[in-house]
Amino acid sequence: MNINLTLVIQGLAFFATAWLVMKFGWPLIDGAIVARQKKIADGLAAAEEGKRALASASAKQDEVIREARSEAGGIRDRAEKEYASILEKAKSDAIAEGSRQKAVAVAEIETEAHRAREQLSHKVAELAVKGAERLIRKEIDAKAHKDLLDDLISEIAR
Amino acid sequence: MDKLLLMWASAEKEAAGGSGGMTEYIVHHLHHAQIKVGEGWFWTINIDSVIFKFMMIAVFLALVLGVARRATSGVPGKLQCFIEMVVEVVDGLVKDTFHGKSKLIAPLALTIFMLTFLMNFLDMIPVDALPAAAHASGINYLRVVPTADLNTTVGMALCVFLLIQYMGIKHKGVGGFFSEFLTAPFGPKIAPANLLLRIIEEAVRPVSLSLRLFGNMYAGELIFILIAVMTLGASLSSGATWALGSMQFIAGFIWTAFHVLVITLQAFIFMMLTIVYLSMAAEHH
Repeated sequence: MNINLTLVIQGLAFFATAWLVMKFGWPLIDGAIVARQKKIADGLAAAEEGKRALASASAKQDEVIREARSEAGGIRDRAEKEYASILEKAKSDAIAEGSRQKAVAVAEIETEAHRAREQLSHKVAELAVKGAERLIRKEIDAKAHKDLLDDLISEIAR
Repeated sequence: MDKLLLMWASAEKEAAGGSGGMTEYIVHHLHHAQIKVGEGWFWTINIDSVIFKFMMIAVFLALVLGVARRATSGVPGKLQCFIEMVVEVVDGLVKDTFHGKSKLIAPLALTIFMLTFLMNFLDMIPVDALPAAAHASGINYLRVVPTADLNTTVGMALCVFLLIQYMGIKHKGVGGFFSEFLTAPFGPKIAPANLLLRIIEEAVRPVSLSLRLFGNMYAGELIFILIAVMTLGASLSSGATWALGSMQFIAGFIWTAFHVLVITLQAFIFMMLTIVYLSMAAEHH
């Protein structure tokens, strides 16, 4: 159990080993650990950032969809109103056109009827004159009795 | 003391007719392979301690420096993971204990823990294996575990002692460091008491550090030797050999399993106390 020169050798060897580790071992290993920790921390921060960005993007997306939906609703409402008004206009136009045409037709019919009646009156007057000629067997001077005949005609036409 | 034991052993050997014996076996196992480099008791080298310590240093440096050279902050390999794990544990302990900044303490603590553990671990090799191999190649004495040699543990403890003084001077300045010898902890009025207490305090540290590790490892080795003694000089034809042999196996197994804890714990204690001493040296009283 005697102490001898071994002590000095062992002490120096130990010290040299510790020095080597301090100089060439520890800083590199510790540096790698610290660098990796930083990398992991950065990665986690980036993931957090990504999550936040995703949340804001999806909120924005909802907003856009809501806007689009309300806009589409407005467009549909306007289109419906337009449709209704066009329909209404077409209906009223059609009715107006119909009644106009009906009025025209009625007027025409009346004119026609009037004319027919007039013709008929003339014919009747002629027939009456011819009948009277036959009755009196002589010519009636048409010119001399024109006034009389016209009176007669208008009386019949009435 | 060794010489006395050796003389006794050889006397015993002669008495036993040269066949050896329990005492000679034990004494033989506790004798270092030595080289004399000069006159006087000091100039001897326990070459077995030195060689095994250097081998463990080589293993340790190959591990740590090898990993450090290839250290990547990307995905680490398994070896790097292992070394990083140890480094992080040691770093955590140092940061918990020492609140200053020091580039020295953490690498020193790592070196102490891993190197002491590796040297202690040599105790796990069956106690007769390497000495028998050495004996076959003509070396008569061999003790494998460097930490069971007082020289190794005292050498390390003295290094730690010197570093404690260095830390004290570095953090307090030369004046602050030496005035503390006289003023702390009782104040300047009873300076001699302070000085006496300080000397005892400083002297106790390396002594307790080195003796604790040495004692544990020496005792552990001795118990392995005593377990090995059970079948000393036994012959396979004897029934007692088989009974003792199985007892030896069981005892050896139990002690090895227990000793794994002891060697780890002792390495850890040496490291932890070093950290504590160095941080105390850096703090003002």
